[in-house]
Amino acid sequence: MTHRASHPNLLVLPAVAWLVVFMLIPCLMVLFYAFLTRGIYGGVDYIFTFENLARVFDPLYAKIFLTSARIAGLATLLAILIAYPAAYAICLAPKKWQPVLLFFAVLPFWSNYLIRTYAWIVLLNREGLVNNLLKSLGYTGEPLSLLYSEGAVITGLVYNYLPFVILAIYSSLSRLNPELLEASRDLGANALTTFWRVTLRLTMPGIAAGGVFIFVLSIGNFVTPAVLGGGRFQMIGNVVYDQFLTANDWPFGAALGMALIVIMIVLLLLQARLTAHFAGERREANDGA
Amino acid sequence: MTSAIVSTHAGAWRKAAKWASVAIGAVVLQAGTAFSADLVISNWAGYMAPDIAESFKAATGLEIEVVNHATNEEIMGKLMASQGKGFDIVFVSSPFAEILNYQGLVEPLDKAAVPNLANLYPEAAALAYDPGNAYSVPYTWGTTGLCYRSDVVKTTPDSWLNLLQPSDDLKGKVTMLATDRWLMAAGLLAKGYSVNETDPAKIDEAKALLIEAKKTLLAYDDTTFYSKLVSGEASLVHAWDGWCNYGITENKDIKFVVPKEGSDLWVDTIVVLKSSEKKDAAMKFINFILDAKNHAWAAQNILYKVPNKAAMESLDPALSQQYPNMAMSAAELAKYELLRDLGAAQRDYSRAVSEIKAAN
Repeated sequence: MTHRASHPNLLVLPAVAWLVVFMLIPCLMVLFYAFLTRGIYGGVDYIFTFENLARVFDPLYAKIFLTSARIAGLATLLAILIAYPAAYAICLAPKKWQPVLLFFAVLPFWSNYLIRTYAWIVLLNREGLVNNLLKSLGYTGEPLSLLYSEGAVITGLVYNYLPFVILAIYSSLSRLNPELLEASRDLGANALTTFWRVTLRLTMPGIAAGGVFIFVLSIGNFVTPAVLGGGRFQMIGNVVYDQFLTANDWPFGAALGMALIVIMIVLLLLQARLTAHFAGERREANDGA
Repeated sequence: MTSAIVSTHAGAWRKAAKWASVAIGAVVLQAGTAFSADLVISNWAGYMAPDIAESFKAATGLEIEVVNHATNEEIMGKLMASQGKGFDIVFVSSPFAEILNYQGLVEPLDKAAVPNLANLYPEAAALAYDPGNAYSVPYTWGTTGLCYRSDVVKTTPDSWLNLLQPSDDLKGKVTMLATDRWLMAAGLLAKGYSVNETDPAKIDEAKALLIEAKKTLLAYDDTTFYSKLVSGEASLVHAWDGWCNYGITENKDIKFVVPKEGSDLWVDTIVVLKSSEKKDAAMKFINFILDAKNHAWAAQNILYKVPNKAAMESLDPALSQQYPNMAMSAAELAKYELLRDLGAAQRDYSRAVSEIKAAN
């Protein structure tokens, strides 16, 4: 029956080939370029150097990394605070309504990222809908400068990635064993304690998955800061973009890209460990119940 | 039996792979033969008449294929990677034409095959990066300055400092170009330095001025600044002359001024690649573009000035009444400082721009 074993291998081949060609090789190229020297007119000269990696730790770029991490971190926090109750509400809804509600949650994905981002300009600009609404409600002061601020960038990131977070948390919540909640209440815990000590802990993997997702997508994002930040907020994605498209410094862009990839791998590993840890707890809880 | 199944499957896979490779080969072949153009031209989208292929074919019998690049850097990346192969003619801004020339990738112009070079202004044949048009032909040219709502600003702007240190009523209502060369130019010119300055101390001074200016800035904007003027979000923006015209189209109170400290002269050029196997056809295309009527298309439709005397003189005077900067003479434009390739100093500019954009 050896052929049974060989089948899955063959079936997985296209996916593996895809990953190797479009993921592994490009990543290795980024790694390779990070150690080369900038060609004066773009491209690279094949002279080995550590200079690009050293420049990543230059205070200027370190500061931009920290700014990016702060913006991505705030977006993550806000998204979880919004997504958790939303996912919880969806879980509480009657079973037949849940797919419909999830459908509405991911509906924005049906339009293009750029269009969704530009839509915020229409809403937030000084002559935009929000300011006009305020005016019609009797507000007479100077129009509010809502756009081209850190707040606008964070709003854009949260809005664009929220559906991912809702889906991740929902999938965790919907698999929660209701008997555990009953057990908790039978043992005298009130609703808050039950939520805090049972529900939240057991859905931590969902929160972590959604959180890592939005954080990773946000920290490397360059469209949102350019469009909603009016270019006034430089995130690391914008610096990478500039290295390739205006500074003609591919090796340094590659080095910054490597740094982003490393951050992403570390976060994914942490998330995997967290998930494993809580999965263990979940098994124990289920066995106990 | 088991092994037979395995081998059948392996055979099926091999057969599928073979068919796939045949199919892919056919597609590639198809792409190669379905349309064999005489010339492949890369240009920014919308930068030539949409019917250029038909009109060029009618005039010369030659087929052209136009592909688009979004930025200079994009086409440079392709050309550097292929050493120019795959393209016969490209449109690039002058500092990039300069680089292509340093790299030995461009073909000298065959002047005898391009008699319409005589249509160019004398100033357009004396541009410092390529005096005498040895390897490039200027397609459009212009300058950078201030585009503003004359019905909103209290005093008429005339200096880069109006942009960098705006009066109270303009604070938070100005935008600047984000592209490194023009962003730096505003600071350098305000300080009285060259737009091609390479002295690190002077670059630092301009940087400090631009970091201060960020506090009164609405946004850095390369693409929608004129819409911000039209909507009223901004009152004064850093703008290319031609793009200010797009604002003027929508609101006649929008005006353009070149600050008294001076400005840059930018030129978009056409070059023929050395690797081209169709150089004669390429020269014919350049001659075709330089024909007064064809070159005038860019002025009429893109609202950029063209360095073609015959074309500019053929324009309807109403055009320069509506868009006064279209009337700027070649002599006037040539006074401004040509943007040159910075070589290694490009890195100092990039870093300065990163610092400016990362500043709080």
